[in-house]
Amino acid sequence: MSDSVHQIRVQIPYHLRNLARVDGEFALAVAGPVTIRSVLDALEVRYPMLCGTIREHDTMKRRAFLRFFACEEDLSHQSPDLELPEAVASGKEPFLIIGAIAGG
Amino acid sequence: MSKVRVLVGTRKGAFILSSDGKRDKWDVSGPFFAGWEIYHMKGSPVNPERVYVSQTSAWFGQLFQASDDGGKTWYQPGVKPDDPNAQPQWPPVKSNRFVYDSSDATGKPLTTHQWYDGTQHPWEFKRVWHVEPSLTDPNMVYAGVEDAAIFKSTDGGANWSEMPGLRGHGTGPKWQPGAGGMCLHTIILDPQNPDRIFIAISAAGAFRTDDGGKTWKPINKGLVSQFIPDPNAEVGHCVHHIAMNPERPNTLFMQKHWDVMRSDDAGDSWREVSGNLPTDFGFVIDVNSNDPETVYVVPIKSDSEHFPLEGKLRVYRSKSGGNEWEELAKGLPEKDCYVNVLRDAMAVDRLDKCGVYFGTTGGQVYVSPDGGDTWKAIVHDLPAVLSVEVQTIS
Repeated sequence: MSDSVHQIRVQIPYHLRNLARVDGEFALAVAGPVTIRSVLDALEVRYPMLCGTIREHDTMKRRAFLRFFACEEDLSHQSPDLELPEAVASGKEPFLIIGAIAGG
Repeated sequence: MSKVRVLVGTRKGAFILSSDGKRDKWDVSGPFFAGWEIYHMKGSPVNPERVYVSQTSAWFGQLFQASDDGGKTWYQPGVKPDDPNAQPQWPPVKSNRFVYDSSDATGKPLTTHQWYDGTQHPWEFKRVWHVEPSLTDPNMVYAGVEDAAIFKSTDGGANWSEMPGLRGHGTGPKWQPGAGGMCLHTIILDPQNPDRIFIAISAAGAFRTDDGGKTWKPINKGLVSQFIPDPNAEVGHCVHHIAMNPERPNTLFMQKHWDVMRSDDAGDSWREVSGNLPTDFGFVIDVNSNDPETVYVVPIKSDSEHFPLEGKLRVYRSKSGGNEWEELAKGLPEKDCYVNVLRDAMAVDRLDKCGVYFGTTGGQVYVSPDGGDTWKAIVHDLPAVLSVEVQTIS
């Protein structure tokens, strides 16, 4: 995967869309290898109000009730530095951040 | 004519109830932050248009919001309001960053507290229970958090630093969570002594600093808690709430897990004033703004049954600073009422005839515009109410 800037597609949960003031799916520029970490880094730079809402501030761990999906695969337990599928990097498939369905 | 603005935090958003000084007709706005738990919201005494809010979620963690127009519009401190195109921003906003200070230079080595099974457990930040704006600076605000600690911001909530002297003062390994978590839920600033702050933690007890937060000491002498083997235990008490009339800052009233308590020496010693209450379990307590000897509680049946006795919602008032209590019933449900009133869900205004307010887990917010003599529901069907604060605006 090249180190150029990738325009990827991202979907985030309803409450985070409200916080970031975005509608539905949106495009995000990610420089270098497209990994979970580089996507989240880019997301938090572009939308700083999301800092701490997807991964914890101090540990940078994924919040327990959120999951990462792409290409019909659950990537939540993958290493954050593992490169995401080419289909995500090329913008063919979106990177999905999903809230667990729980609670009232 | 003065106005009142009632700030209501609920399980599913924030609401603002507004009225003139008669407190008869009300405008209701909200929900703000719909779907989020709003543990607490409170306005600055210096600038009532500045309101701070703790917004939290099991999914997305802690957010901190502020308003500069009395709650009409909101922003995350550190992110420019109404200007999403101002991004990217680096370093990123830290308004929701509550990280315990464990540095060698300023923090404390203490990293564990007692867990339910008696073992030691690391401190883990969960949420902000209480926000307390400074009495003198609208950009200074304190936050009481779970796991118990106190944080301070001097830039309107954009950045937060722990005041580590509290968590690290020595008894931390004996603190333990109550059923609701190990929360620092009460912060009271002394209006006559800027270096003095009172706080309370479930289940650790009450603490006081006299040097602006550098050092703290437990102030639990006289508290007796069932199941604590040591009758003189310095900490471990489940204090539910503390209230003070600002005109008399050395007199404090406490609703403990069981027992209503009073101190006249700034917490150095406490005595029980439960008197003739039908049950002295409860969560809320407050003091009339015009009379420092008039106190309000909402008795709850027991620690096993968190609802009013016999299904009758009642406020009890003492005009003698405790011990002698009268039942206040006019306008409150007479039967089939099985709600709770949580610890931060009672407040008083500062009008000539003191108004008293409380919210229930059934979603009602009640007002008494006459110091408790009569009551009326402002709203009936909000989500469960977590907190109620009142701003008196002249």
